[in-house]
Amino acid sequence: MKKVLNLILFLGFTFWCFAQDHVNSENRIANRHCLDCHGQRVYSFVNPDDGSTVRKLMPVDFRVDSALFYTGAHHIFKCVDCHVPEYDSFPHPNQLRFEPMYACLDCHGGDDTYAKYHFETIDEQFQKSVHSPETLNGFTCWNCHDPHSFRINQRTGESIANTIAYDNAVCMKCHFETGSEVMLLLANEKLKPMSVSHDWLPNQELHFRQVRCIECHAAMHDSLLVAHLVSPADSAVKQCKECHSRNTMLLSSWYRFQNIENRNKNGFVNGVLLNEAYVIGASRNEILNILSLILFGLTLGGILVHALFRLKMNKRKRHE
Amino acid sequence: MSEKLYLYPLWLRLWHGLNALFFLTLLVTGISMQYSDIDFPLVRFDLAVTGHNIAGIGITLSYFMFITGNLFTSNGRQYRINIRSLFSDLLAQGRYYLFGIFSKQIPPFPVTLKSKFNPLQRVSYIGAMYVLFPIVAITGWALLFPETIARQAFGYSGTLLTALLHIVMGFFMSIFMIVHVYMCTVGKTPLSNFKSMINGYHEAH
Ligand code: HEC
Ligand code: HEC
Ligand code: HEC
Ligand code: HEC
Ligand code: HEC
Ligand code: HEC
Ligand code: HEC
Ligand code: HEM
Repeated sequence: MKKVLNLILFLGFTFWCFAQDHVNSENRIANRHCLDCHGQRVYSFVNPDDGSTVRKLMPVDFRVDSALFYTGAHHIFKCVDCHVPEYDSFPHPNQLRFEPMYACLDCHGGDDTYAKYHFETIDEQFQKSVHSPETLNGFTCWNCHDPHSFRINQRTGESIANTIAYDNAVCMKCHFETGSEVMLLLANEKLKPMSVSHDWLPNQELHFRQVRCIECHAAMHDSLLVAHLVSPADSAVKQCKECHSRNTMLLSSWYRFQNIENRNKNGFVNGVLLNEAYVIGASRNEILNILSLILFGLTLGGILVHALFRLKMNKRKRHE
Repeated sequence: MSEKLYLYPLWLRLWHGLNALFFLTLLVTGISMQYSDIDFPLVRFDLAVTGHNIAGIGITLSYFMFITGNLFTSNGRQYRINIRSLFSDLLAQGRYYLFGIFSKQIPPFPVTLKSKFNPLQRVSYIGAMYVLFPIVAITGWALLFPETIARQAFGYSGTLLTALLHIVMGFFMSIFMIVHVYMCTVGKTPLSNFKSMINGYHEAH
């Protein structure tokens, strides 16, 4: 039985791969040329003077991970759909360094297909955020949405754990303990190490694994699934109760647009949270609550009755 | 007429004082975390977390004092059960608490130096100290280092299951404590047992 199941799985997977491949095959062939260099740690080219093969290291910042590229949101593109075709030649012509890049709204703005994402609203929120190009010279959406790998998770039903890991990795690309080199390009001032700016938060590692940075740092917007208004740190959530309570805000950020019934599971009030996390104060079980109240009541009642009898007998004894 | 027995050596009283202090702290902070609510704050959440952690560490340390004391002094012998007569002993003591006590009957197991607990006390102390407490303490320490807990078990978050066990056992400990404190008022006078726990001497009826 297990063998048959494995076979079906294997065939299904192979078919899926072929299907994927078919969609991309044309692009994959076109992109192969670019990825032969940009997808490798070591690239090589032929020296036109003597015909010898030269091997060099591809600088980290110019690498494109082809596996991530083909699972990303923009996997249907050829490299030269976004980059000018002149990149075909190597060494790349100098003036290409000044190629203007598309912005998200160049393609997605005013397009009904993407209305549900509210790109324009996201852009407004971004312009008001701490990362806006007005405050940080040269910061664009691409800084968080890596053009060659980014994907969306929350809307596509990815598990909460994976979504948190992905979304936090986006922030931590720049905001990790010591701060990345990118910060040299963008930052006006040096930020504190993460463990210092969050020293008030116990179980830091756990929190960074189980809760998204934007939960504390970005204000929700009614029509957006993912908050984009990252505000100055002094207005970030610092109150534990925002999350650690029955009316935890995690519910509204995780489960917006999902049906509410989903929330009740085996008596757990905030049931949906349970598969992924245990949040003190938020994960509560009604059945256990009621049981414990009953048991508590019975104990106190028993004690009360016993005490009353003792008092009564004592009095009687004293009268005798 | 009242004879005095030295039943509670200093280390035991010290342990018990610390234990009671820590436990009450754990109880208040624990409840305030579990039922934390934006509108009705009992103890501020971060203070509750810190308080609970400190008291948890404290009560574990003092527990080792209890274990060590009972390993190396004669007090440990008080915690040995006579299995063969256990059932009938419990029944006799139960009957006394439910009926005999009201007509000032003589307790079936009077306090002596060799045996200061009645069978019900002995069983409930063993249950609280050697069963419930270790479970609460181990799950509590696990929650202090959540990395040690399996991420998923039976389709639920491992932390959830650990926390549930912790809370349920903690709840039973609290029930134990309430009954325990009440039963301690059964003495020569309602307060005499508490005095004993301070000065070490038990006053017989
Ligand atoms: C023979 C290897 C090789 C091939 C093939 C190649 N590149 Fe490059 N590319 C490089 C190297 C090395 C750099 C970094 C140095 C430089 O800018 O020349 C680079 C830089 C770039 C840059 C960054 C320019 C800048 O400075 O901002 C882009 C964009 C780029 N390549 C796109 C492409 C695209 C698109 C293709 C395919 C059509 C491609 N490359 C094919 C080796 C290659
Ligand atoms: C959806 C549009 C898009 C596609 C498709 C695309 N790129 Fe890019 N690429 C960009 C943008 C935008 C930048 C500039 C990023 C920035 O400014 O941070 C960029 C930058 C680069 C760079 C410069 C290094 C860097 O990260 O800044 C290289 C190299 C590069 N792309 C190679 C490729 C290759 C190879 C492919 C095909 C596998 C490809 N790109 C496909 C949009 C795209
Ligand atoms: C060159 C045009 C172009 C640019 C620039 C561009 N996109 Fe897209 N984007 C597309 C197209 C076309 C699709 C549809 C892809 C498909 O059907 O698989 C798409 C798909 C998406 C999706 C849906 C992915 C999914 O899995 O359903 C998101 C989200 C998205 N883009 C966000 C962005 C963001 C954010 C930016 C800027 C950082 C951006 N796009 C820039 C053309 C573009
Ligand atoms: C500070 C980092 C950051 C910046 C800047 C940023 N985003 Fe995002 N964006 C994210 C993260 C994180 C997600 C969540 C992706 C996921 O679903 O896991 C996201 C998700 C999205 C989505 C998908 C939302 C949905 O409804 O599924 C869109 C569309 C998007 N961003 C557009 C933009 C645009 C347009 C800009 C620039 C105006 C921008 N983003 C700037 C971090 C950023
Ligand atoms: C490309 C790098 C980069 C990424 C990715 C990034 N940031 Fe930033 N962030 C910066 C820089 C640069 C600053 C400004 C530092 C300064 O004040 O000069 C900043 C500032 C901030 C501040 C404001 C600190 C203050 O001084 O008040 C917060 C909060 C913040 N980021 C949170 C986030 C969050 C949350 C994410 C992920 C959704 C994120 N950042 C992603 C580079 C980044
Ligand atoms: C539980 C809420 C919470 C979470 C989760 C959280 N932060 Fe913060 N963060 C804060 C608060 C509150 C401050 C301000 C602390 C202060 O001012 O004392 C802060 C400060 C910062 C700062 C400013 C540092 C400085 O030097 O001024 C940055 C940058 C930042 N956080 C980024 C992040 C990133 C990236 C993540 C995700 C890995 C994250 N934060 C997760 C609440 C949070
Ligand atoms: C943005 C939401 C959020 C905020 C704000 C927040 N927490 Fe948490 N906290 C979580 C989540 C989610 C978990 C992870 C639960 C799990 O283990 O899956 C967690 C876990 C914890 C744990 C670990 C519990 C264990 O498993 O041992 C402690 C302790 C804790 N939080 C205390 C605090 C304190 C104290 C504050 C305020 C200073 C605070 N939290 C603020 C969301 C939050
Ligand atoms: C959960 C917390 C508590 C635990 C686990 C606990 C446990 C114990 C144990 C094991 C003994 C017997 C010690 C011995 O002689 O070896 C004891 C005795 C005693 N305890 Fe507690 N106790 C707790 C809380 C309290 C509190 C809060 C009070 C009073 C405010 C109290 C009052 C007493 C008294 C008066 C005695 C002496 C009577 C006797 O030996 O039964 N206890 N306790």
